[in-house]
Amino acid sequence: MSDLESIATVETPKTQERQGGPESKPRSATADAWYELRRKPLFWIAVLITLVVVVMALFPSLFTPNDPGACALGRRLADPTGAAIFGYDVQGCDVFAKAVYGTRNSVLIGFGAAFVAGVIAMLFGVTAGYFGRWWDAIVSRVIDIVLGLPLLLAGIVFMKRVSNAGWGQNGRITALIFILGLLGWTTAARVIRSSVITTKQQDYVAAARMLGAGNGRIMWRHILPNALAPFIVIITMALGAFIAAEATLSFLGVGLIPPSQSWGLDISEARNYMREDFVPLAVPSAFLALTVLAFIILGDTIREAFDPKLR
Amino acid sequence: MANSTGEVILSVDNLVKHFPITQGILFKKKIGAVQAVDGVSFELHRGETLGIVGESGCGKSTLAKLLMRLEHPTAGRAVLNGRDIFKLSGGELRRLRRNVQMVMQDPYTSLNPRKTVGDIIGEPFEIHTEVAPRGDRQRRVQELLELVGLNPEHINRYPHQFSGGQRQRIGIARALALKPEIIVCDEPVSALDVSIQAQVVNLLEKLQDELKLSYIFIAHDLSVVRHISDRVGVMYLGKIVEIGTEEEIYERPTHPYTQALLSAVPVPDPDARAHRDVIRLEGDVPSPANPPSGCRFRTRCWKAQEKCALEEPLLIRRAVEPHPSACHFAELKHVVA
Amino acid sequence: MQVETARPVGRHLLEVRDLFVEFHTRDGEAKVINGVSYHLDPGETLAVLGESGSGKSVTAQAIMGILDMPPARIPSGQILYNGEDLLAMPEEKRRAIRGSEISMIFQDALSALNPVFSVGWQISETLRVRTGMSKADALKRAAELMDLVKIPAAKARIKDYPHQFSGGMRQRVMIAMALAMDPKVLIADEPTTALDVTVQAQIMDLLADLRRDLNMGMILITHDLGVVADVADRIAVMYAGRIIEHADVHAIYKQPAHPYTEGLISSIPRLNSKGQELATIKGLPPNLMRLPSGCKYHPRCPYMQQPICTDVVPPALDLGGGRTSACHFAKEMLDGQLHR
Repeated sequence: MSDLESIATVETPKTQERQGGPESKPRSATADAWYELRRKPLFWIAVLITLVVVVMALFPSLFTPNDPGACALGRRLADPTGAAIFGYDVQGCDVFAKAVYGTRNSVLIGFGAAFVAGVIAMLFGVTAGYFGRWWDAIVSRVIDIVLGLPLLLAGIVFMKRVSNAGWGQNGRITALIFILGLLGWTTAARVIRSSVITTKQQDYVAAARMLGAGNGRIMWRHILPNALAPFIVIITMALGAFIAAEATLSFLGVGLIPPSQSWGLDISEARNYMREDFVPLAVPSAFLALTVLAFIILGDTIREAFDPKLR
Repeated sequence: MANSTGEVILSVDNLVKHFPITQGILFKKKIGAVQAVDGVSFELHRGETLGIVGESGCGKSTLAKLLMRLEHPTAGRAVLNGRDIFKLSGGELRRLRRNVQMVMQDPYTSLNPRKTVGDIIGEPFEIHTEVAPRGDRQRRVQELLELVGLNPEHINRYPHQFSGGQRQRIGIARALALKPEIIVCDEPVSALDVSIQAQVVNLLEKLQDELKLSYIFIAHDLSVVRHISDRVGVMYLGKIVEIGTEEEIYERPTHPYTQALLSAVPVPDPDARAHRDVIRLEGDVPSPANPPSGCRFRTRCWKAQEKCALEEPLLIRRAVEPHPSACHFAELKHVVA
Repeated sequence: MQVETARPVGRHLLEVRDLFVEFHTRDGEAKVINGVSYHLDPGETLAVLGESGSGKSVTAQAIMGILDMPPARIPSGQILYNGEDLLAMPEEKRRAIRGSEISMIFQDALSALNPVFSVGWQISETLRVRTGMSKADALKRAAELMDLVKIPAAKARIKDYPHQFSGGMRQRVMIAMALAMDPKVLIADEPTTALDVTVQAQIMDLLADLRRDLNMGMILITHDLGVVADVADRIAVMYAGRIIEHADVHAIYKQPAHPYTEGLISSIPRLNSKGQELATIKGLPPNLMRLPSGCKYHPRCPYMQQPICTDVVPPALDLGGGRTSACHFAKEMLDGQLHR
């Protein structure tokens, strides 16, 4: 379908620009994807949720005047009043304020773990794909092994040790970030490895090599920018998964512990009396579900936008 | 293009490239080899164009990759300015890169889509910082754009904003940036439309005259090769089967494969239809992983005899004609009308 | 545009009448086909010659009914097969014609064949689905078809998969598939572009033999002036979605009646002479989003004269003998009176 291709690459007449006409805007693969994304309502909904969640994590006091730690047993399971729009939990704490303040840890751990996973994945994925041979064989086997470890089970085992060592609040957050990151980089590494292998065979990479470019220049200047798209997608989706994993671990009692605030902790606590009052369970669950969903939708819409076959 | 001075600039001697065929994942076992290039020798003179023609799988693109040091040969030498290019490394290899450049076939994949034209043509200067001082680079890039017939103001545009022919000009400008003596052109016009092809061929000829370049012009289009080449080598299954001046190959071919190839080219003249004498070759090119014994062309050759299976014909001058031909039964046959 | 003045008697096997096709893109409407008319009779070969973007393939896709709509749109035009308009037909009826009465072969046989089914299965599939033939009968017919397209040891290779065939043989398999239903019209879209010269000669021979033996009408879509000269009876040269010249193959090579045709013919290097600098067509093919005014070729034309060429769209001038040219100065060109 050479005819269709040439429609896409038609050229503005030279004369027009010589007279100082407007430069036609460059449209790269990224710009194409952006064009696709802009027109998707689902994408904007996901972006909006993500933004709200991030702002909430940074400035929780913007969303509620109440202190999540200020609990009074006298308000046990009381009905909503004023700022406490979802009422109070079994210990008389503001359900909404707790969920809002829980955002910070959830998001911190999610982003932190995604960053750790992303760095590891990129380092191993890019070099394995680029250099191949024995290094690729080793990295691929390591990925297989790590992938064989169930994220949650391994998380429980590691966090149990952390719990036994009696680490404090910050220590636990750091531990969660690294444990989730160290266990969760494999899919992203596989994805970037295979897209590096594809990109490596492009003619422009050969052209750079023929000019005498070194491995570093070829990897970071030529291959990585062209191989990054699927990686970003996977990491975005993983971010949601990490937030969910933190909640699960906290729910199981091996993640964060009170007085830390976290959705997982809230859920874990509220489940004990869910027959009595459903709201203290539903609110953090909804926060969690919406955030995870937002990241997955974000990843999915970006992937679709970058995949020309789906257009 | 009779501006060749006769001085040999590149001398390729018995070049061999076998790609191993392996089996097994952990412990790879070699079970065979694709004989992509198998004993190729030729000389390139300063200022001349050596055309290399052949069908797909004949090894002409592997030959280009070898000369560009993208692949390492299994055996053989290529001497440029007194040095074997396959023994160079480090700084010497970098100097070789400056001296030998390539124009690739596909103008759509050979330019990094995320870089501007300025970045692409300027990259050689970034890698070889000694060639042009930093402040001078933009001017040099614009000069190169002008040289290949593009608007120097388009320096900040992206490749996809150009048509195929213009992209090929960008690729040519990139190859010229380091002022090489030799340019290997691997099917440089085969991806282009007819009306654009002629523009690029003319540009290559103009640049050769102005910059005293030597070309190795690899293509499957025999008409284009004749137009641009001073001498022509015909490849079949990893070997050169016949080599000579453009006139010798096209007017006085002696190898049956060259004759078949030439006769099969459709001639843009409907009146020639009736009296064209196309030599119909049987079947397809055999696999280079398992080439026929003796003469590699014998399985499709109408002249093949027992001798052809037993004894490999050497690329030597035959009695009928002064130019080298690798056929035991070389004979003159006029096939081009 | 009228390729020939209306024929009073007898209708053509296939006739495209004043076809327009647009593509809706994000940058606007691309006018890909701008009034194309041509016809085809049984047993003849019409070559549609053009460069990428000329609309030669899109016309064929419109005939086959395999255009993606949207983005494509056919605002007007008729495609008559045996006098019936394919575009006005219900989809079901059209599907019965597509692939059985009119079939098509493509440039890239490897991607046109399904890698997970044997070639025999793929050739016989059409027969089983369309005619309800039994599996055994269909396979037997598939072997016959493979024999017809001169695949050696057809019976033995019927269970082989596409990757086990060479490029030329795959092209033959695709031709066999296209012939399964005895089509009356075969559209060959760049059938030999991906093939080597020696194999190309084999395939073109085969197509010519089949056309003659089966009395098919063949539309050969190509950019290769050499191939056209070898096999075509008539040529339609396309530029920017129009047929700018239509003529008998001998006439057109002897004396082109359109500057674009002349430019094409003189810009190809010849096998039989070394020649000097190649003649070129200046500039670039037009942007289909912003077609030039008047004659679409005027920005590149060496004979361009203002204001007629820049302002007036040239009609298809009838030059007699079925020959037309969409150039204001077609008659002068034919008489050799036109100078740069």
